[in-house]
Amino acid sequence: MSANSLSHHHEDPTIRHERKGEEGSLVSTEDFSLWYGDSQALYDVEMALEKGLVTALIGPSGCGKSTLLRSFNRMNDLIDGLRVEGSIKFDGHDIFAPDVDVIGLRKRMGMVFQKPNPFPMSIAENVGYPLRVDGVRDRKLIAETVERALKSSALWEEVKDRLDQSALGLSGGQQQRLCIARAIAADPDVLLMDEPCSALDPVATAKIEELIDELAGRYTIVIVTHNMQQAARVSHNTAFMYLGRLVEYGETGAIFTVPRADRTKEYVTGRFG
Amino acid sequence: MAHKSDMEHPPRRSAHAPLSARGEPYVWLLGGALAGGVVMIIGFLVLVTYNGLKAFWPRPVAVITMVDGARTAGEMVRTETYSLHSEAESSGQGTRSLYRVGNFDLTSEDFKWVDQPDVKSIQEPEDIVLVERLEWGPFIGTLVSASARETTTAAEKLDKNDLQELINQAHERREKIQLIQRGVLGDVNRDMEAVRLSLRWAAMEHGGDSREYASIEKEKSEETERLESEYARLSEEAARLDAEDAAITFTFADVSGREITIRQSGVVRMYWPNTQGILGKTGVYIARWWEFLTAEPREANTEGGVMPAIFGTFVMTVMMALLVAPFGVMAALYLREYARQSALVSLVRISVNNMAGVPSIVYGIFGLGFFAYGVGGWMDGWMYAERLPSPTFGTGGVLWASLTLALLTAPVVIVATEEALSAVPQSAREGSLACGASKWQTIRYIVLPKALPGIMTGLILAMARGAGEVAPLMLVGVVKLAPELPVDMVFPYVHLERSFMCLGFHIYDVGFQSRNAEAGKPMVFMTTLLLMSVVAALNAGAIIIRNRLKKRYVAGHF
Repeated sequence: MSANSLSHHHEDPTIRHERKGEEGSLVSTEDFSLWYGDSQALYDVEMALEKGLVTALIGPSGCGKSTLLRSFNRMNDLIDGLRVEGSIKFDGHDIFAPDVDVIGLRKRMGMVFQKPNPFPMSIAENVGYPLRVDGVRDRKLIAETVERALKSSALWEEVKDRLDQSALGLSGGQQQRLCIARAIAADPDVLLMDEPCSALDPVATAKIEELIDELAGRYTIVIVTHNMQQAARVSHNTAFMYLGRLVEYGETGAIFTVPRADRTKEYVTGRFG
Repeated sequence: MAHKSDMEHPPRRSAHAPLSARGEPYVWLLGGALAGGVVMIIGFLVLVTYNGLKAFWPRPVAVITMVDGARTAGEMVRTETYSLHSEAESSGQGTRSLYRVGNFDLTSEDFKWVDQPDVKSIQEPEDIVLVERLEWGPFIGTLVSASARETTTAAEKLDKNDLQELINQAHERREKIQLIQRGVLGDVNRDMEAVRLSLRWAAMEHGGDSREYASIEKEKSEETERLESEYARLSEEAARLDAEDAAITFTFADVSGREITIRQSGVVRMYWPNTQGILGKTGVYIARWWEFLTAEPREANTEGGVMPAIFGTFVMTVMMALLVAPFGVMAALYLREYARQSALVSLVRISVNNMAGVPSIVYGIFGLGFFAYGVGGWMDGWMYAERLPSPTFGTGGVLWASLTLALLTAPVVIVATEEALSAVPQSAREGSLACGASKWQTIRYIVLPKALPGIMTGLILAMARGAGEVAPLMLVGVVKLAPELPVDMVFPYVHLERSFMCLGFHIYDVGFQSRNAEAGKPMVFMTTLLLMSVVAALNAGAIIIRNRLKKRYVAGHF
């Protein structure tokens, strides 16, 4: 590791491995750069998310992985002074095009946050929230959806007898699975997960990982994680990011066993990060 | 050498913390500050409660015989010592007592100072009676006789039950007369006024010499005639009952032997203070409180009750809360959730905060000029033209008072709401938006429910402030004596244009604007006690609602 190689690092193009996936990509970024005011957070990111697979975004803190994730459903729009260049295509359409309906976009992309954020409502109302927002009044349809979503998120057995109780009474792991149920209740295409296990204990983490495994295939999943073992366990493809750039991207096995960039090798072997 | 070793080994730090670092002295300071505040508040509450609660308790009546033979009777209010300044005894202290002597119609004074050296003897005779009257305040003396038309019964032949029966009958007669005078005659009067107004309206609409006017006039003239004959009949009936009532009287004598005769219906309550047991006293006490809470004021507000003021305060405060809550919440929602945080928004926020510091009388002047004269005057010209020049909405009224107070308390609600909104975690908003909710849906379903307890707290503060306000209300609708309540049984039941009474102004009026400040004093304490109770009750109601909401949105069942 010479100082020289570090200084040249920023200009290095992304190293690309073979990727898993046969159905093509559902979301892809093209030359995507992003600024918060004057400071640039993402540099020319170019990556495609394979349909039906789990893609992990890894990298040290501040590398831009969460920023990238939040760009997919335009959650960054809430921040003043945000500016983007390049494009993100979802199902072939640029999501930053002026005619895009952001609310419609978010309905097709469920999101799970770092800290479980159940609403101050009952369990059933939490999961049914996307339908309520859509103006669905059919109680039967709502009840069915809630049940299906809770079953999909492996929470049904634990809460089926207290659906009308406050969601805030659940444990942390249950709350996070509830948030996953809420995210998939409206049957999105993509599931965005921003460090979904960082606030959970190992048992709850294992349950969520199991769940991600089950949901893969039905949904295209992107998961941001700090935990490299987790990325190795749950994802098909892995992208390593550093200082706002996509350094290396490819099949998870290749990234963890035969990384080509020095930075990636150091990170996945735990020498920094 | 020593110097060098100092450089290498700086002196060791003392292991003992100095007193100033320990914090205990500050604990005493902080605790003392809190205790000072608490003591002042409790002291104030105890003072008001004690004086308010004892004011109605019947006290013994003393009959004082002076050295010069003059006699005075009264309830002792207090005794004080004072410096003598007369030429003869130029030094020393004198003692004197203040007695509430009543009998204003005979002596032209309610209270009298009695110098201790002038007193020959003090007794508490059993036959002394205290009479609370509708007019002239209390009478203290003895009952001589009761008369009904021609027959007169001496006091010795009447026992207390008979007297109570007589007074009850007299009250019934009085109520009957009042029902005709105020109720039925008032209705007829109102109908006649309505006829007059509809004629005036027709004249304005069609012209005074048009055919439409003539036909309406003809139509209405029959009604007028009918109403006028009805009015005459009822007046006659009232006059007859009144004459009948006037013949039924009590005769009393004061301690100097002067006799007065008053109608039995003019007696509110009569009791023998020096023979009453604890039960009788309690009865009088409760009856006085009941009268205070439910009756209308008499004698320039220094006697009777404050019911119209309680009602006015309540209606005004509730209306103010209903007006300021949506207005303040909407303003805060825009400021916090929608407006881009810029210098302009900061300026608006600072201005809102400063509005809380504007003297309330300024709001009163604004309310009078803008709401009453401006908006009200325009409404009168538009909707009540036939009533001009007497204003309907174009003068102070409960609506304008509530609006003025809403404006006055808006900063409190806006600031509290903004704080409550900013306390809602961003993650809750993001969770909702990520579900595909719009900004408004997020506010409606997630942010507002979470912020509601905080918003309610702001509203409670605003209500407490509004209910206690006096200065601006004097300009926009509060009066010394309002003949009609803002809500009654006459269509359209809610009369927002009416002026009203409120407790805060009542305190000022009774304490500082009445004929006799000493007579008003107990009333001031009681009204203060009542006002604090009304504010406490309103706040308690709001707090209960808030806690329910809190429970609902934080944990537990739905």
